[in-house]
Parts: sequence; C-alpha cells; structure tokens
Amino acid sequence: MAIFLNKDSKVIVQGMTGATGMKHTKLMLGDGTNIVGGVNPRKAGTKVDFDGTEVPVFGTVAEAMKETGANVSVLFVPPAFAKAAVVEAIDAEIPLAVVITEGIAVHDSAAFYAYAVEKGNKTRLIGPNCPGLITPGQSNAGIIPGDITKPGRIGLVSKSGTLTYQMMYELRDLGFSSAVGIGGDPVIGTTHIDALAAFEADPDTDLIVMIGEIGGDAEERAADFIKANVTKPVVGYVAGFTAPEGKTMGHAGAIVSGSSGTAAAKKEALEAAGVKVGKTPTETAKLARAILAG
Amino acid sequence: MDLFEYQARDLFAKHGVPVLAGEVIDTPEAAREATERLGGKSVVKAQVKVGGRGKAGGVKLAATPDEAVARATDILGMDIKGHTVHKVMIAETAPEIVEEYYVSYLLDRTNRTFLAIASVAGGMDIEEVAASTPEKVAKVPVDANKGVDIEKAREIVAEAQFPAEVAEKVAEVLVTLWKTFVAEDALLVEVNPLAKVASGDILALDGKVSLDENADFRQPEHEALEDKAAANPLEAAAKAKGLNYVKLEGEVGIIGNGAGLVMSTLDVVAYAGENHGGVKPANFLDIGGGASAEVMANGLEIILGDADVKSVFVNVFGGITACDEVANGIVQALELLASKGEEVTKPLVVRLDGNNAELGRKILSDANHPLVQRVDTMDGAADKAAELAAAK
Repeated sequence: MAIFLNKDSKVIVQGMTGATGMKHTKLMLGDGTNIVGGVNPRKAGTKVDFDGTEVPVFGTVAEAMKETGANVSVLFVPPAFAKAAVVEAIDAEIPLAVVITEGIAVHDSAAFYAYAVEKGNKTRLIGPNCPGLITPGQSNAGIIPGDITKPGRIGLVSKSGTLTYQMMYELRDLGFSSAVGIGGDPVIGTTHIDALAAFEADPDTDLIVMIGEIGGDAEERAADFIKANVTKPVVGYVAGFTAPEGKTMGHAGAIVSGSSGTAAAKKEALEAAGVKVGKTPTETAKLARAILAG
Repeated sequence: MDLFEYQARDLFAKHGVPVLAGEVIDTPEAAREATERLGGKSVVKAQVKVGGRGKAGGVKLAATPDEAVARATDILGMDIKGHTVHKVMIAETAPEIVEEYYVSYLLDRTNRTFLAIASVAGGMDIEEVAASTPEKVAKVPVDANKGVDIEKAREIVAEAQFPAEVAEKVAEVLVTLWKTFVAEDALLVEVNPLAKVASGDILALDGKVSLDENADFRQPEHEALEDKAAANPLEAAAKAKGLNYVKLEGEVGIIGNGAGLVMSTLDVVAYAGENHGGVKPANFLDIGGGASAEVMANGLEIILGDADVKSVFVNVFGGITACDEVANGIVQALELLASKGEEVTKPLVVRLDGNNAELGRKILSDANHPLVQRVDTMDGAADKAAELAAAK
C-alpha cells in the first residue's frame, strides 16, 4: 500500500520528448517506475530508447491509455501549453495527472482546476509547480530524487520540493510510505487535506509529516481537518517565519499580506490541533523520531 | 506585479470600464498643461502603491492650472507610508458624487475559484465595512471557464443589492471589468470607489490592478508597466540575470535552491542570529532546482555586491542537481569574481547535502579557499554564518 501511486501504476509522460521530460523519464525508469508511454502528437508512432528500455510515443493521452492501460500521467509541458495538456488529460479521464510545470499563469491553472471539477473530478490533479510524488521502492512520478530514502512507514506531504527532499533526507533511515509534493502555487489540485485523508486511510503509514509555508490558509484548514479526522500522529513544519509582508518569495503562493497566512498563525493553528510543530526541518525530524520511538 | 492607479486607469479604459480622463506627470510644471487640457481644473493625485493616500494629503483639488502646479509641487516628493511620490496623475475633476460603491475580482485560493466582491457601501472605509458589517459585502464565486457575462453580472448586482436605478449600469461595468481581469491576466482588479454621479452615470474613480507575472509570455505589453525606478538596485540586477532575489534588512547573505528551502534557511539563520547579537538574513535568493556553476556565480556576485552582507550562507540540497556541480559552481564563481578584480573578502559557509554530497564536499576541501568553510548540517551552518556575521 501507499497513497496515489504504487508498483502497479502505469505511467505516461506528457512532454516526454522535451529536454526536461527526457531527463526525468530516464530517472523515473531508473527508480523502477513502470513508464508505458510518452505523448507528443508530432512524434506519435515513434519510440524513444532510454538505456535499452524502449518507450512508445502516442499522439494523445486517450490513445496512450487505450493502448497501454495507463492510469497516471506526469506532465513536463512548458507553461504556455500546460493548460491544453492538462485539459487533454482530464478529457481522457486519466485517474491521476501530476503537473510538474512551474510558472503556469493563474488564469490557466484556475481554468483547468475548474474543468476537472466540472468533469466530475475523475482526474486527481497534483500540482502544478510541484516535484510530484514517490512511493519508494515502487514508483516515482515526478522529479523527487529516488535515492534519498527507502520504503518505510512515514507519510509526507509538502508544498515545497527541496524541503520535501530535506525532510526525506533527515528521516532517510526510517523510510517513507509515500511522499507527495503538492506544490506552492495559489491554485493546486491535491491539497494537504487530500493527502492527510489518504495517509490516514493507508494501513502502511504510521506517522504523517506535513510541511507548509506562508500564504493562503491551507495549513489552517488542514489543522481543522486533523482535529476532526486524523487519528495518526502528525508532525508539522512551516517555512517563512522571517518572510517580510507583501513580498513574494519564489512560490507564487508564498506571499504574506496582512496577518492571515503568516507562518506564526499556521503554527498556532496546527499546534491547537495537536500537531507537534518543529522550528527547523532538523527539529521537526527529531519530533517525528521521538513519536515513532514511542 | 501591483500597478499604479494611472496604469490601472489606462487598462480599465482599454477594456471599456468607464473612467475619467487623466495623465501621469513627474514634474510640477507639467501639471499646468495637463490641467489646461482638462479645461482649467483638475485633481492632483499622488501615485503610490499603498492605500490611504487621500488621508495623507496625497489627493488635492486644483481650481486653476497655477494651483495644479502648486499642488503638484506639494505632492511630488511627499512621503506616504514610506513610499516617496515620484509621479502624480492629473485627473479630470469628478462630477458631484452621489454614492460610492465597491467592486472587484480576485482569486479565492481557499475555494480555488475566482470571486466577485461587490458592495453598495464603497469608498475609503471598505475594509471596515467588510469587518464590521460583512452582510453589506457580497461575495459571489465566478467559474474560471464561464466567466462573467451580463447574466452573471446581474446576479452579482442582485446579491449586493444595488439600487434598481443603477443595477443595469453596474452590471455593464462588471462585464467590462471581467474583460480587464481576463484579458490582462490580472490577479486582482478592484474599483473603489465606483461612483454614481449626479447625472446618474457610473464611473470608476480609483482602482487597483495586480498582474500575474507568470503570464508575461503572452502579455508583451506588461513589461513596460514595471516600475524599474523603484526597484532596489540589487533586485534589479538579480532580475536582469533571471534570479529570484529579494533584498532584506539583515547581514547574512543567503543562497539556496528551491523557494521552500530558502525560506526555511532564512528562518534558521534568524533563529541562530538570536545567539549572535541578533544578526538576520540579508536576502532571499533561490537559484532554482537545476543550479549550474554560472547561476551560482551570478548569485554570489549579487550577494557579495551587497554592502550590508557580512557573511554568506550557501545552503544546497542536491536533488536533481548534484552537489559536485554546485561545489564546482562555487569554486568557479570565486575564480570568476577574482578574475574580474572583485576581491572577495566575506566568509562563505557552505552546506551541501543530498545527491553526490561527498564528492561536492571533497571539491570544496580540495579547493581549500581561505574564505570558504564547510559545515555539513543546516542548523550548524546557519549558526556558523551568523557567528561570522556578528564578528565582523
């Protein structure tokens, strides 16, 4: 078990034949991901060789699904074309679409999110602007380095890519069931709450680490959800205590304006829900260790 | 990117939102001709990206061209909440205002949809209205794919309980305002006040627009709206190199990869600084996931060029980018700066973890640069960087 992704997942890559897509398809294959195809209408019918593994290229997501039974798509499509690619994935009703692309305009992400809802949420979106997700030892859908850690019983959900890696590294000896990078954009598909619910239901997860950052109120809502619905221990970390108000710090979503959305408010909300919150990533890892050690 | 009022006015006009005539000037003398063009009287309005300028004396009526010059002289150079006024808008005087309303569109992050906000109680104190009498502020979700047509606009108008005699006119404004929101890839369009004047007409008298920089690829005209004069010189230099940099107040220069990790680094340095005389991070600089030697060199050059910086903390977790590449980047960057004659005198604390960390650390050890120290944990390295900054 794991959440959203496992050894049976059949993965296609939209934008596989671009430079970033090629690089990461190779890495994902190396991590054992069952990649069954790529999508590029201009290269349909060709095959791409990744160190001896031949991956066929299809013209559309629907065709790739029909031919291969694919149930996950990872998107490396450039921002200008990302909306059309996500809409195509939704139209094909692929169960999971992982949007790695960074820098998508908010009007585009709001449009494809609304489209997914309108189509009955048949496609779970993760991202955009995220590192994807990994179930160590089984499958890797995105750009999380596959060699940081091993399979284990910690579930991780994070807005930030490099903080995901840092936390996996801090707890690498214990291992993870799944780690999900949900992205830091203002509009994202899968939320902290979605991942928390999935980890709560996953028999192979004993403890959940949740990483948030300034901006929005996702962490506050996650705190409410934890209080009402999560019985497993949750350890939290929030980045951005020293971020000045009104400045965007890289992630389009990580902007503080006014008191709501500050790191302090998020920490307080999480602690009120019984979540142990670390001051630094290292301290957060220690809290997780202490809980697992009983 | 937040726009000035005059830029918002121009975008409103472009998409059919009813606005008054106005032009922006930056010298008092130019106020005369601008006012003459408006028929001899005008409103002189400070252009600052902060609220409350009216209360601060940044908006004045001028009954003659001479008076406009005098008011512009007063207002240009004025400080409004830390913002210096470099430009004023010479605007047509508004006809007698009968009522003031409020309308805006923005992203509702919580519900991941767009939101129309409308109120018949607009004007200067809309924040207070929203806080004390939320029932006077209508919030109507707008589907990103369906948008706001006249039917939807009427729904918003009804929800906000606009008086019948202005309902249709306000609805028409809401349609043109939505056009502005979508066509310009805005994150926020706000009209406050949306005024009903004596003639019964509806006019957007002041507005705010914030644009999405992620949409720049399809908005070639937006670059010209950037306020290059106001940018911190280091921020401008970083932007020219494509670096994601924000200048802060402290003494420890920060370079890291990934926005989340860099934000976390700022926090960890600030905590460490509490034990070292209160030193703080000097900047945010994210060199991104695929940090090459060249990007590292560019980043170091910006940070070392900041006179406030006393020490530098390079905090990299090698994910896809291998740490040996990062280490080579640091070594090459120092050589590059030396070859340019820019003497590096500030100590660097480097923490490398993750992909090929051992190799990266070895490269730094072998290079044996007198100013570079390796500390292999994030908290330990932050403490060292803070200590070095405090000792300077």
